[in-house]
Amino acid sequence: MGASGEAGVKDIVDAFPFIADHVSLLLGKAASQLGVAAIAMVIALAVAVPLGIWLGHVHRGSFLAINVSNVGRALPSLAIIAVLIAPLGLGRSTLIIALVVLAVPPILTNAYTAVDGVDRDVVDAARGMGMRERDVLLRAELPLALPLLFAAIRTAAVYVVATVPLGALVGTEGGLGDIIVDQASYRLPGVLGAALCVAVLALGVDALFAGLQRLVTPRGLRARIDYAAVQTEASAY
Amino acid sequence: MILAQSSQPVIPNFGAGSSCERENGAFCWSWVRDNWSDVLWPALREHVVLTLLAVVIGFAIAFALALFAHRRGWVERPVTITTGILYTIPSLALFQLLVPFTKLTTLTAEIALVSYTLLIIFRNTLAGLRGVPDDVRESARGMGLSRGQLLWRVELPLALPSIVAGVRIATVTVISLATVAAFVVNKGLGAPIFDAIQRSVFKTELFAAGGLAVALALAADALLVLAQRAATPWARAGRPA
Amino acid sequence: MPPADTAQTEAAELEFRDAVKRYPGADRNAVDRLSLTVPAGEICVLVGPSGCGKTTAMRMVNRMIDITDGDILLGGRSVRQRDPTQLRREIGYVIQQIGLFPHQTIGENIATVPRLLGWPKARLGERVGALLDLVGLDRTLRERYPSQLSGGQRQRVGVARALAADPPLMLMDEPFGAIDPINRERLQDEFLRLQAEIRKTVVFVTHDIDEAIKMGDRVAILREGGVLAQYGAPEEVLTRPADDFVARFVGADRGLKRLALSRLSELDLDAVNGRRPDLRLPAGMTVRDALSEMLASAGSDALVVDDGRELGIATLDAVAGLLSRESA
Repeated sequence: MGASGEAGVKDIVDAFPFIADHVSLLLGKAASQLGVAAIAMVIALAVAVPLGIWLGHVHRGSFLAINVSNVGRALPSLAIIAVLIAPLGLGRSTLIIALVVLAVPPILTNAYTAVDGVDRDVVDAARGMGMRERDVLLRAELPLALPLLFAAIRTAAVYVVATVPLGALVGTEGGLGDIIVDQASYRLPGVLGAALCVAVLALGVDALFAGLQRLVTPRGLRARIDYAAVQTEASAY
Repeated sequence: MILAQSSQPVIPNFGAGSSCERENGAFCWSWVRDNWSDVLWPALREHVVLTLLAVVIGFAIAFALALFAHRRGWVERPVTITTGILYTIPSLALFQLLVPFTKLTTLTAEIALVSYTLLIIFRNTLAGLRGVPDDVRESARGMGLSRGQLLWRVELPLALPSIVAGVRIATVTVISLATVAAFVVNKGLGAPIFDAIQRSVFKTELFAAGGLAVALALAADALLVLAQRAATPWARAGRPA
Repeated sequence: MPPADTAQTEAAELEFRDAVKRYPGADRNAVDRLSLTVPAGEICVLVGPSGCGKTTAMRMVNRMIDITDGDILLGGRSVRQRDPTQLRREIGYVIQQIGLFPHQTIGENIATVPRLLGWPKARLGERVGALLDLVGLDRTLRERYPSQLSGGQRQRVGVARALAADPPLMLMDEPFGAIDPINRERLQDEFLRLQAEIRKTVVFVTHDIDEAIKMGDRVAILREGGVLAQYGAPEEVLTRPADDFVARFVGADRGLKRLALSRLSELDLDAVNGRRPDLRLPAGMTVRDALSEMLASAGSDALVVDDGRELGIATLDAVAGLLSRESA
């Protein structure tokens, strides 16, 4: 379980022909990596978003929401995978459960702070105009909370995609990580090529979600989007 | 899965230890007791050293960059983009990509770990410095504080909570990723984790090493919260009576 | 209040000499050839509508803003020749938001400039205590943090901090602008009492003409573009506005405002001669307030008393007489 030391800079150069020659293998592994990440993200979102939004809407549970994140952020990813393997065994589901455990805290906390932090005057005005509670949430709070919420989702998505390869380290399905840890089969150029692909994949997911984040931001708030991102990432990990 | 290239040969000790260990029970205290001083404690110590070194070096670099960006605004963008990319590259990939340059050394591990601290510390330091209220800065200048005095006596103390928050996040991030560092250098709590996987998923060792890493992260986090409180007595002062 | 340690440095004369500020790219000057002299120990209020350059003019004095042309002399020395940080340590500076350092105690805040000047510790401690007394704050507040103080207390700390190194000149930029009206009046009165004691040269910026008239030994009215419209004692500005702009700026009620500048004791009082009006007013009351009282009592005369001594009878005619006397 480790990389080989017999490496030279030349191997980095050889990584590119490897990538060119193994497009379908790499795409397959990338797809499986994204697949595992997507399953984990869907579960994490289903748990964390409604709970966070609801807590934020009623302005309750700040202690829970903030501390879940503080503890969750501190959890070491590989250690969590290891600890879960002990009772659950090696397997895709163990990895997915670990990823969910790691992704829920930042999403939950930021969903909470996003809704909780919506300008109280705006919410007051919405109520004052006679909006029902459901409309206050759907038409005032959520649109204003979306940029921050998406910033959190973006952070979590990148984190999850980046963590899947660790699965390969402990012998479960790890997408492109399967290649990185298998130098016996793929030789060093293959390992480096896969590492490059993992890096590109993570950056690509980040860019994709950055675009989504921009799309969901109401026009009037766009100038503030960078600020929202700073806020989330500062509190996400 | 490839075979380990750890310094000492791995001898599965199923059969050597207690019946709990032979049957790979859920958690065997006897193994922890027997292997604390030879396996777990050294790994924990190495983990702490790896982390401290990375945070200290990362802080020095990111802090200097933040001070520079505070003076010259154009610096922020290129630094944020560069450190942001480093931060986004998955750890396993970054460790592996460094191997051709710096081989399987502690240096490789540290370069990667340091690179994960930069974005957070840089951004939090800069945000803290920029968050100093204009009127405070104005009155400081008006009383004749030089730029250096303004920075060291006013701006940095006021930025301290944000800076420590950044160090806190960076520290737990490094503790997390330092487990992965065992992929390139047989050190830290990642080493017993990989060892346990090799030994047909030896549960006790997995649980003990993983648990130690989690405990270390939570302890470091709590310690830094306390440090933050101690460093900012004014933040705890109450409202007017 | 112990006068200890408060007035060592002589107040200094301040002179603007054709001072000009022009921002790069602006199509006209922010301050336009401003010339005026503030005699040592007097309060000069710079007042005018927003955009008249009053704050800019003030900030050129301690070089928070650099002069484009002309000069400013403090105690006869050009500020342009001075190192800005050294210069600023010799000039007290109070701004509207106060800008206390949130991470330092009140004592540390007040000691800022003396510490920069390297005063010994014992002298710092003494000075902080004396200043807290001077601005009417309890000495126990020195260990508190700014967040623990009320707005009025913070403003007093701001003034104490500006006075700490006993500067020959104080610059005050709308120092009471963020305080509610009742406390503002109290702080104004306190500052005037303080000034009577310490006799600093003060440049005071405000947009409020009433505050300008109350606080100023001299009032400089600036119009847009940083042009000095009139410079003189408050009475003069009220009595003989230099032009329509000044007349409009000081307001149609400038007659009433003038009454606020005089005390009852300054009126031509009638002899008491056995008359006993029900309305008794203290001699130290402003004529404006007295007039208001007299009108509220259906135009009654008032017996003016000073510490129980009856000085005479104030009448509406006497009030009118005061106005005609001064405008003559």
